[in-house]
Amino acid sequence: MAKHATPKLDQLESGPWPSFVSDIKQEAAYRAANPNKVEFQIPVDCPDDLLGVLELSYNERETHWKHGGIVGVFGYGGGVIGRYCDQPEKFPGVAHFHTVRVNQPAGKYYTTKFLRELCDLWDMRGSGLTNMHGSTGDIVLLGTQTPQLEELFFELTHKMGTDLGGSGSNLRTPAACLGQSRCEYACYDTQDMCYQLTMDYQDELHRPAFPYKFKFKFDGCPNGCVAAMARSDFAVVGTWKDDIRIDHAAVSAYVGGEFAPNAGAHSGRDWGKFDIQAEIVDRCPTQCMSWNGSKLSINNKECTRCMHCINAMPRALGIGNERGASILVGAKAPVLDGAQMGSLLVPFVEVSQPYDEIKEIIEKIWDWWMEDGKNRERLGETIRRLSFQRLLEVVGLEAQAVHVKEPRHNPYIFFNEDEVPGGWERDLEAYRSRHQR
Amino acid sequence: MTEEQQKIVDFLKGKTGKTKFYFNDFLEVFPDKGPRDVKKVLTSMVNAEILEFWSSGSTTMYGLKGAGKQTHAEGED
Ligand code: HEM
Ligand code: HEM
Ligand code: SF4
Ligand code: SF4
Repeated sequence: MAKHATPKLDQLESGPWPSFVSDIKQEAAYRAANPNKVEFQIPVDCPDDLLGVLELSYNERETHWKHGGIVGVFGYGGGVIGRYCDQPEKFPGVAHFHTVRVNQPAGKYYTTKFLRELCDLWDMRGSGLTNMHGSTGDIVLLGTQTPQLEELFFELTHKMGTDLGGSGSNLRTPAACLGQSRCEYACYDTQDMCYQLTMDYQDELHRPAFPYKFKFKFDGCPNGCVAAMARSDFAVVGTWKDDIRIDHAAVSAYVGGEFAPNAGAHSGRDWGKFDIQAEIVDRCPTQCMSWNGSKLSINNKECTRCMHCINAMPRALGIGNERGASILVGAKAPVLDGAQMGSLLVPFVEVSQPYDEIKEIIEKIWDWWMEDGKNRERLGETIRRLSFQRLLEVVGLEAQAVHVKEPRHNPYIFFNEDEVPGGWERDLEAYRSRHQR
Repeated sequence: MTEEQQKIVDFLKGKTGKTKFYFNDFLEVFPDKGPRDVKKVLTSMVNAEILEFWSSGSTTMYGLKGAGKQTHAEGED
């Protein structure tokens, strides 16, 4: 018998999709039965009370969560997010319900041993409820009480070889696509770079000194499996400089129907015979491909590395050999100013250990943003307020045509007097000698 | 307490009404120092348990240990 009647939540279970309500009920039943004799350190019925307070919110259309607090582990300014219920008498199981962020491994590879240990630890010291993974990429452990935090932290760091992730005004847990471990599109080793920068920037991760959050994300190619250019302040996206590699025999095999396009994806319906002109050439966003009936050509100078043709015919087309990455800055979610995509800052940089060239750019940006950014202002907003040109000065790069989408669309690159030969001065008399009034 | 730490304590005690401050607010205490040096002073004070972090989850602030309220309701801060 459920502790609280939850007719509204029950309705959410009736749809076609898996429901978080069913998941929470399952955990509530497991804790009540306790087949593994876990010594629960926080109230056994916290999942029941979580459902109860949510039902109350649905009825009253008001939240009962208070946010914020001085919760955390000693010396760390992030990793734990304080949550308290404002109806603690009715729902004592969730009176305190803090969230813990745990740094996920690069590429999110786990051993089953690690996952079992993590779940056992969390069953004992928390609600047992997890979110694998939060948007930031972290393992999110949902709901525990203050006295459990140091204990959890000790186990995670001393026995499980991991650490808390970032929250608050600091560097957030860096995230990477699985990259070269499994994907032939990866233009650099995303996992290595993510790991290295996580290690190098421990102080920024745990001791906040930024105006607001700051996110790094690493995509191995423009397919963007961690969506770096849409949701990180500093996105490193794999790309190449030379030409897309073409295997002409394999192109013919696609055209002849020997290989399934898109590696067989979307094959649930009959789309008819593969049409290279309609499906590849005409879909190229920069119209830089052509097919003369027997041979495919690409004008690589115009290719924007959108990945469409490569994704559609992976056996015939491949990323180039001169590989590296583009850096985009300033993406963010809507909170203040509306959502913003990243702006291209560095079109191509070689990516290799120890990543000094990239770290230099990061640190110059941080120094500027820490000094000139306003409280609760994301980097993308600082750039908009103080101009992209100011950012270029800060990182010591010259404006290039690729920084401008089109004239008048974002005309934020202006020349300063010292950048123009002769400056703004002109000799009026000499001018009048050549031009009549 | 070092002279620098004392300056921060004086700054915090001199403010009425507010108990928690953004990192940026401390930059004005040390006009000649860059953010990284100010951060070192603040970190040393957190480690000495003079200051503590306060976090909403999305932003973090610093305050004197034990000062002010723990939690906020939505829109209250
Ligand atoms: C029906 C109830 C809820 C809904 C629909 C909801 C929805 C969401 C969504 C969409 C996000 C962003 C997703 C993400 O970052 O992965 C999020 C994040 C979060 N929620 Fe909730 N939420 C609910 C209940 C709660 C409760 C009860 C708590 C704690 C008491 C909570 C604490 C958090 C925290 C700490 C995060 C940030 C986690 C992270 O991604 O790192 N949420 N929630
Ligand atoms: C290479 C040569 C030229 C370039 C690159 C150029 C470029 C431009 C641009 C970018 C604008 C838009 C400015 C704005 O509204 O923000 C403009 C406006 C204009 N241009 Fe040119 N222009 C050129 C030559 C000329 C010439 C030779 C004439 C006439 C003798 C001319 C007449 C105009 C006029 C009447 C406008 C509209 C001005 C207004 O909106 O008030 N342009 N031009
Ligand atoms: S972002 Fe590109 S390289 Fe990384 S996993 Fe996705 S497709 Fe592969
Ligand atoms: S990657 Fe995209 S832009 Fe480049 S040739 Fe292929 S379809 Fe065209």
